[in-house]
This record gives sequence, structure tokens and C-alpha cells, in this order.
Amino acid sequence: MNCQRHDPTQGRTLYDKVWDAHVVAQDEDGGALIYIDRHLVHEVSSPQAFAGLIERGASVRRPDAHIAVADHAVPTKMRALIDPESLTARQVARLEENTRKFRIPYIPMGDARHGIVHVIGPELGFTLPGATLVCGDSHTSTHGAFGALAFGIGTSECECVFATQTLRQQKQKRMRITLEGKMPPGVAVKDVVLALIARIGTGGARGCAVEFAGPSVEAMSMEERMTLCNMSIEASARVGMVAPDETTFRYLKDKPLAPKGALWDAAVAAWRTLRTDADATFDKEIALDVAAVAPHVSWGTTPADCAPVTGRAPDPAGEADPAKRAQMIRSLNYMGLKPGARLSEIAIDKVFIGSCTNSRLEDLRRAARIVEGRRVAEGVSAIVVPGSEAVRAQAEAEGVHRTFLRAGFEWREPGCSMCVGMNGDTLAPGERAASTSNRNFEGRQGPGGRTHLMGPEMAAAAAVTGRLTDVRALAGEQP
Amino acid sequence: MKSLQRITGVAAPLPDADIDTDVIFPARFLVMLDKKGLGRCAFREWRKAAPPDAPFVLDAPRYKGAEILVTGPKFGVGSSREHAVWALADLGIRCVIAPSFGEIFFSNCFKNGLLPVALNETDHARVMAAAEAGEPVTVDLEAEHVMLADGGRIGFSIEPYRRQMLLSGLDEIGAVLADKSGAIAAFEARQRDAAPWLYLSDAQLSVFDDPETKESA
Repeated sequence: MNCQRHDPTQGRTLYDKVWDAHVVAQDEDGGALIYIDRHLVHEVSSPQAFAGLIERGASVRRPDAHIAVADHAVPTKMRALIDPESLTARQVARLEENTRKFRIPYIPMGDARHGIVHVIGPELGFTLPGATLVCGDSHTSTHGAFGALAFGIGTSECECVFATQTLRQQKQKRMRITLEGKMPPGVAVKDVVLALIARIGTGGARGCAVEFAGPSVEAMSMEERMTLCNMSIEASARVGMVAPDETTFRYLKDKPLAPKGALWDAAVAAWRTLRTDADATFDKEIALDVAAVAPHVSWGTTPADCAPVTGRAPDPAGEADPAKRAQMIRSLNYMGLKPGARLSEIAIDKVFIGSCTNSRLEDLRRAARIVEGRRVAEGVSAIVVPGSEAVRAQAEAEGVHRTFLRAGFEWREPGCSMCVGMNGDTLAPGERAASTSNRNFEGRQGPGGRTHLMGPEMAAAAAVTGRLTDVRALAGEQP
Repeated sequence: MKSLQRITGVAAPLPDADIDTDVIFPARFLVMLDKKGLGRCAFREWRKAAPPDAPFVLDAPRYKGAEILVTGPKFGVGSSREHAVWALADLGIRCVIAPSFGEIFFSNCFKNGLLPVALNETDHARVMAAAEAGEPVTVDLEAEHVMLADGGRIGFSIEPYRRQMLLSGLDEIGAVLADKSGAIAAFEARQRDAAPWLYLSDAQLSVFDDPETKESA
């Protein structure tokens, strides 16, 4: 399908509008050179990009278009004890060296603005509606919550953005996912997005730029929209977007790098036009009634392997397709689950509340409400890793951290932590986690580690009972 | 970048679906600062878990030196880490054939002289069967087809710009700098006018000043 040539008589989608505003040069074969307004840089995907720049003797075209921060592999405790000879410390040192050399804004560890790239971009007002934003990280789709065209890129593309401020891209197909209804009590946006991926599959939005729309999305906070867009990539959509509205503007106003005064007014006027036209068409449309969604957990090794916590792991005997059956058997074996196992009976060893998916203040507040007055179950170790120093400071000001500490959680310093398992926060082989992160791939949280994905309230519920638990049952009980 | 026109040889079969980049290149090795020598980390867990009498396919004597990898659907989904491509390239893989790919992985391949070929299920099954039988497979990028030992020809199609990039070993960044600098500058001039808030002022950015540089300045 060829979607890049736009019929001028037909309405445009949000994605079309942001795309069109960034075409530097259109190629014959449908590709286009796209201008990139914003680039978030971290320690893991950037060293080889900087090395490439140095090798070709190129400079960074617009240092003001980048912000660098070390988040992926940084320790979340006892930072004073980092061994400077460790590979992680060398990677952070390399980032510092490179950003100094190329004069790119850099946020050091311990700085009040430090945190996970996808948490601090919005907090700083670096993420703006209508902007193109990239990062060498697949969860860059998060920033689409602001109506930005944001997508993850590889290291070679990072180098290209440094040198040219552009990327050659093929336009994606357009897909709209309409969320209708109101989330029932005890159900969070993470449950909605896991249910969605379970329905459409890990390839369900492949090749598409997704727009999330509908009354349920309009009612969501920016934090909820970020969780939603963050998980787009788990259905293979590099781009997930929400049209900017009053909620967006309220969030961004007065953020440090957001426009101020007359420039703010001009920007908001322009951002108000970033809505899909009524006569625009999509290549693919689906709708989901969120009122019918129950709390979800994953049972297998892809984010599509999810089911209501009240249900059971599947039985491969009931799967007709031999390839799918083999995959299911492999997943269940890896996860150490019997066919048809009751999900609410699965005991866990560790709990991780954090990651670019679910580490914002609202996530922590919601989890804390479940934890309040309860204790982490015997034999379970549980950590909370705030997404940024700003989240940490605010949570501490509100006393949210005390709720976690009193219950027996560890309260850590910000970073990607156990989501990607690069900093020593990992699962041992065979260990099982309730995790608010985004991927339950084999070995994702450590070789042989078993990950059950869920939302923050569900992870909190698992922490206090020691097993996967329907938070709705717990919420009704007195602690 | 190394150019690629045509490859012939055994193709290593890896039929699992949804092989993500965490499996291809486990996160704990992402602390490496170079692109070279990453092959030893590729598929580390799967290779380690394989019994000596049934080694992982890329360690099996039968597929030694294979430049073609035939995999199940959605190969390379997940993390954007280009290390997954660097590791495959380091192992000598020049072409991956699958029913579908993770999009960022797919794009990363072209930047590193690796050809990802997406085939429909029927055609893919024929290539997989040839790979499993240890028969030689030819991938011809110039002609855009795969040839099997039985003479069967399977066409595929690659976006012209990317095909040309691989055929000529083009340095894409060099090409943009050489051919598009004027167009980029013109775009920036227009955008500065239309959306000035996208350009951060020195005053806004001063909060990021490095104290060490500030002192010396």
C-alpha cells in the first residue's frame, strides 16, 4: 500500500499533519527526508553514534536539539560505591565526554532533573505537541501522548540525526484505536493496553502509526496517555499518538523548556489544529470497550500472552495451529507454568514498580494506595524505582515513599533498573516477578528470569499477597 | 559500508516466531562501547542452553559459515538495540529471511550491509525447507529473487533507495550531508518562522551548562 501521496481533497489525520510539516525532501519512491526537532540521548545506544561522527569528522548540526542523560544501566542504590573501572561507569564517562565534546546538554546522575529519558522529556517540556522526537530506544513512542511524532531508532540513525538533523523514512499506514467507555474501579490503563495487545497480537499494528482516540482517551491524564503510547511498540507500532488538548496544555504550561508568554499562546494556537479531520480516513480501525476490561497479567513470553487475572494460562492441547501450539508450550515451559494453571495462584519472588511505562507520580500514588497499611508478603522482595528525581522528590514530599518503606519495599534512585536488567537489578534464573515494565521476553529481566507484566496497583497487590492477585478483591478488604 | 549483490550458500534455519532483540543480544552485554566482536554475545542464552549433541544452529558444523539466516515471523521485535544487527553481522550473517520483522531491526539492517527479506508464508516455507535440508540457497539482490537448489525462483521486493544503498555500499549520512544540506537549511529557516518554539534559546539551555566549562569560559 502506498500512503505517502496525500489526496488534497481528503482530510488529514493527526499523524499526516505532523509528518507533512516535517518533510524536507520527498523522494520518488515514497520515502522522505524528515526533519527531527528533538533527540533524547542515553548512554547505551549513543557511544557508537558519537564514534561514527568522530570517524567522519562531522559535527552535531544543532546541539540545542538534543538532551543526554544516563538512565539504562545506572545503579539505583549506593551510587557512591560505583566502581569507576566497571563497564557501566565507563559507558557513563563516555557519554559525559561525548556530550562535552559536541556541546550537547547533559543531565548528570544526582541532578534534580535526572531520570529515564521518557519520563524527563515531558517533565522538562522538551517533548512538545507537533514536534518530531526520536531516541535510540523503542519506547520513544511514549512521547506520542503529547501529539508529537515520536519513534525509536537505532544507533546509526542517532548518528544521522546528530550530523544532519534528519532521517529518511517511509510513511506508515494510519491506524486508529478508539477506546470507548469508562474504566471500572480497580482497572488501570495498563490493563487496557495489555488486553488490547492480547487481542490484536504483537504484530497487530505492524507498519502503522497508531492514533489513540475516543472518550476514554480524552478522559485520561497525561500519565495514563504516556503508558498507553509507551506500549504501542509492543503491538509493533513504532508510533502511538494522542491529539493534544486542554489536558496536554495544562501539563506543559510552565515546564522549564516549554515556550513562555506570547510564544506559548502562539504555540497553543498551532497545537489546537493538530486533530484528525472529520473526513480523514484510516487504513485500519479498531475499537475497544474499556468498561469490559478486567485487570490483566501476562502468563507467557510476549506482551500478547496476557489474560484476565481471574483466568487461567492456556492449554496448548486446545490450540489447533501447530506453530502456535509449539510456541505456547515453549512459553509455558520457560515460565514454569502448567497448562491451564490458575493465574491467581502463581506465587512470586520479586516485585518491580518502575520503568518508562509505569514510574510516574500517579503510578506510584496508585500503587501506594493498595500498599497502605499492609506488608510485603514473607519471602518477597519488592522495589520501587521512581522514573525521575522530580518524581522521587514529589513522592517524598507527599510521603508516598513512607507508605512503601513501612510496608517493606525498597525505595530506590531513578533509572531503567529491572525493566532492562542492566544495572544488577535482575531476576535470578527461575525467579518470578510481578513487574510494571513493558516486556516479558525470555531473559529480559535476567537470564532465566520469569516476568509477569501488570499495572502498578496489580503489582502492589501481588507484593502484599505474594502471588498474582486481583486487586479488586483486595481493594474491598480491610488491610 | 560493505556492498551486497548476491550470496550463495547454506542457510541456517531458526524457525521460532517472535525472536526478539533481547534474545538476539541480551541486555547485559549492552555495556560494550564498540560495534565489533559482538558475535560471541549473540543468542548467548540459547547457545549456552543447547546440549553438546544438538548445538545451536549457528554453532552446528552443518551450518558453519552460513551467511543466510531463515527465521520465523516477527524476527527482531522489541528493543531498538542495533547491537542485535552488529552481532549478526559479526557472525558473518549477510541476509535474514523471515515472514516479517520488527520494524526498527529491519531498518537497522540496511545501515549495516545486512539484507532483510520478507516473504509470504508459502514462499518462506519453501526456503525454510531448503535451509533445513542443508541445500544451497542463493539470494540475488540485483535481480530481487531467492533461488533454490531445485531451480525454484522466489521474487521479493526491496524499497529502491535501500536496495541501491546495499548494492553500492552507500554511506547514507555522507550522502545526506553532500546532497541535502541546502534543503535542510531552507527547511530550518521556514520552521524557525512558523514554529519558533521548537528552537531553544541559549538562555533556556543555560541551565544545562557544564560547571567545568563555565569556569574555564
